Amino acid sequence: MLKQSTALAAVILAATAVAAEARDQIRIVGSSTVFPFSTAVAEEFGKTSGFKTPIVESTGTGGGMKLFCGGVGVDHPDITNASRVIKESEVKLCAENDVAEIVEVKIGFDGIVIANARASGQIDITLQQVFLALAKEVPVGGQLVANPFKTWSDIDGSLPDVAIEVLGPPPTSGSRDAFVELAMEGGCKGLPEIDALKESDEKRHKGVCQTIREDGAFVEAGENDNLIIQKLEANPDAFGVFGYSFLDQNLDRLQGSMIAGVEPTFEAIAAGDYPVSRSLYFYVKKAHLGVVPGIAEFVAEFTSDKAMGEEGYLAGKGLIPLPADVLDAVRSTASTMTPLAM
Amino acid sequence: MTDVLARDLARARNPAVAARRAHRRRAAEARFRAASVAGTAVALLTLVVLLVALVGQGLDGLRATRVALDVAFDAATVDPDGTGDPAVIAKADFNALVKEALRARFPDVTTRQDRKRLNGLVSSGALYELRDMLLDDPGVIGTTQRVWLPASDDVDQFAKGHIDRAASEAERRVSDQEIAWLDALEADEALQTRFSRIFFTAGDSREPELAGIRGALVGSLLTMAVTAIIAFPLGVATAIYLEEFAPRNRWTDLIEVNINNLAAVPSIVFGLLGLAIFLNVVGLPRSAPLVGGLVLALMSLPVIIIAGRAALTAVPPSIREAARGVGASPLQVVAHHVLPLAMPGILTGTIIAMARALGETAPLLMIGMVAFVVDVPTGPMDAATVLPVQIYLWADSPERAFVGKTAAAIVVLLGFLITMNGVAVYLRRRFEVKW
Repeated sequence: MLKQSTALAAVILAATAVAAEARDQIRIVGSSTVFPFSTAVAEEFGKTSGFKTPIVESTGTGGGMKLFCGGVGVDHPDITNASRVIKESEVKLCAENDVAEIVEVKIGFDGIVIANARASGQIDITLQQVFLALAKEVPVGGQLVANPFKTWSDIDGSLPDVAIEVLGPPPTSGSRDAFVELAMEGGCKGLPEIDALKESDEKRHKGVCQTIREDGAFVEAGENDNLIIQKLEANPDAFGVFGYSFLDQNLDRLQGSMIAGVEPTFEAIAAGDYPVSRSLYFYVKKAHLGVVPGIAEFVAEFTSDKAMGEEGYLAGKGLIPLPADVLDAVRSTASTMTPLAM
Repeated sequence: MTDVLARDLARARNPAVAARRAHRRRAAEARFRAASVAGTAVALLTLVVLLVALVGQGLDGLRATRVALDVAFDAATVDPDGTGDPAVIAKADFNALVKEALRARFPDVTTRQDRKRLNGLVSSGALYELRDMLLDDPGVIGTTQRVWLPASDDVDQFAKGHIDRAASEAERRVSDQEIAWLDALEADEALQTRFSRIFFTAGDSREPELAGIRGALVGSLLTMAVTAIIAFPLGVATAIYLEEFAPRNRWTDLIEVNINNLAAVPSIVFGLLGLAIFLNVVGLPRSAPLVGGLVLALMSLPVIIIAGRAALTAVPPSIREAARGVGASPLQVVAHHVLPLAMPGILTGTIIAMARALGETAPLLMIGMVAFVVDVPTGPMDAATVLPVQIYLWADSPERAFVGKTAAAIVVLLGFLITMNGVAVYLRRRFEVKW
C-alpha cells in the first residue's frame, strides 16, 4: 500500500514536471456551432504548416469563455470559439484574470432553419407566426394568455392544419439562444399588446418574448442535430430547428421553411435576406502570441481565402462566408492582431 | 383452533381440491416460464437487431470509394531543382498534380465553376497520399502512374448508393454533371468501392473519408492502462485491509458506508473532482490520457473494492485456519492462500469496473478529452480522446458519411469490450478453484 502511494505520488510529480514545460500545441475551446469549422481549419493547418495540429474542444460558447478568461499561461486555452459576441461580463472576467488583450475575429454566418420532411409541403411563415406558435404566453384579444394555439392553422389560415410540433435544441445550446434572440424576439416585435408592455414593464416584456412554451408543442430534442433530422423523417408533421449546415447535408430528406418569403439558401443567408442568421466568431488571447508557437499562422490560415473565402473549404462545410469588404476588414484586424477596445 | 386445522387438513386431502390446486400451480409455473422465455426472446431480438444494424452500417463505413487517375509526376512541379531532396519534395504542390490529372481525364471541362466541381470529386487528402508515395519511391518522378486516390465523401455516398439518382438535382449533394463524370469513370473501371485501411491507420479528421479510429483507440488503451495500474493495486490493497486486517469498529463501518456510496455516485462528479484536483491543483495538462486514467481510476476504485471484499469473504475460513495452523503469519495467510483463491472474483470485478470506465464520456468532458485530436497520441501526456467520445463526436457531425464511421467505431468499441470480458472469463477459468 505504502509502495503504491509512493508510486502514485511519483507519477503525479513527474507529470507536474512535464506539465510545467512550454506547450507547443495550440488549444482551442468554445462553441459547438463553430467546432466543425474550427476543426477543419485545425486539420488543414496541421497538415500544411509544419506546426502540431491544434486541439479543439467543444465546450459551448459560455464554457469556452470561462476557460479562456481563466488566465494567461500555458494551462489556459489560446483561442475560444463563440456563436455570439463576447458579453460584457465575460470581458470583465477576463480582465480580472489579467487577460487584457483579446482579438475578435468574425468568421462568417450561420443560418438557423425551421425545416420539415420533404414528404409534407413547404410552408411560408413569418417570424410573428413563429412567435405565436412557440411562445409560452401570447396576446389574444388584448390579454396575455397561455398559448392557446394547437394547430398551425389556428394561427393563420394559410398554414397547414396539423398540430404544432417543433423539435429544437435545449436551453444549454447556443443555437437555442440564437433562435430565441432572432426568431422569437424578432416575432415578438410589432404585436401591439407586447410593445405596450415594453413601455410599462421591461422585465416582463423580455420574459414574454423569450419564453418558449412548455406544454409539449416544443420538444427539446437534445444537442444532436442529426437526431432531430431522423425524427423529422419519421414524423412528417413535425418541424425541426437546427443549423443550416445540417439542412445543407440533408436536402434530399428535408426542406427549409420560408421565413417571410425567403428560403434558407446559401445565397439568401450570405446576402443577409434570410432573417434568422447569426455571426460566428473566435477570440484570440494576444498574450499567448509568441509563447505558444503557430497562433498567428493559424489565424492567418483561418482568415485566408482558401478557408474563409467565398469558395473556401469552410463554405463546403456549410459556413456562410462574409461579404468581401467585411472579410477584408476582418483580415486586417487579424493580421495586425488589433485587440478589442475594452 | 384444532377444529380449524382439522378442517383445512381434511379439505387438503380431498382429491378434487388437491387436483385443482395442483393444476393452478402448474398453470402459474407455465405462465412464469412463458414470461421468462418471452423476456429472453425480446432481449435477444433487440441485441440481434442492434448488432445487425451496427455491423451492416459499420461495414459500409469501412469501405471507401477510390478513383483511379493517371497522375503525371512532373519533375518541374515535384522536384524543380532535380536534387531529390525529400524536404523539397514534401513541400511540392501535389494538389496541382491531382488537378492536372483530373483535367487530363476530362479535357472538355473548361469553366472555373465546373473545374472546381471536378476537383471536388477527389478527397482533399489525396495529395498527402501522393506525397507519401513519392517520398517512399522517388523513382516515379518524371513518370505517369495510375494511382487510386480517395474520393470525396459525397462521391463515396453516391457510389455506395446512398444518394438517390432519381431525386431532383437540387435535392441531392451530387449534381447531374458530377454523376455524368462518375458514370464515365465507372465505365472505365476507374471507380471502386472497397475495404479501406484508413479507418484503422488514421486519427480523426473532419473529412469522413480520411477519418480513422486509431487516435481514439490508442487514447482508450492508454487511459485504460493508467486506470488499471492505479485502480487495481489500490483497490485490492484496500479490500484486503478492510476484509482481513482492519478491526470492526465505527470507523471501518463509516469507511464501508462511504465506499458503497461512492460506487453509486454519478460519473460526472468524478470528472469535476478530476478538474479540481488534477488540473487546477496539480497542474496536469488538459486532455491527457493520464488525467483521464486517474479520474476513471477514482471512479472504478469503489467497485473494485466492493468486488474484492466479496471475493475475499467467499474464501472459506477453513483455508485461513489451516494456514495459521501450520504456522503462517497473517501476511502469508493472505498472500499465499486467501488472495490467490479470491483472485478470479477480484479480476472479474476489476474487469467489469474497467468496462464501465471504457464507456464513459461524462467525466472526460470536464477534463478536456471531448476534443478534436488529429495526431495519434504516443504517450499518456499527449492530448487524446477515447472511443466513446469519438463515437459521440462523429454522431454529431453534419456529413452523412459519418453515419457509417460512427457504426464502425461502435463495433470497434464493442470488440474492445468483448476482448476485455474474454480476458476476464479466461482468467477466471484459469485461477478458479472449486471446493
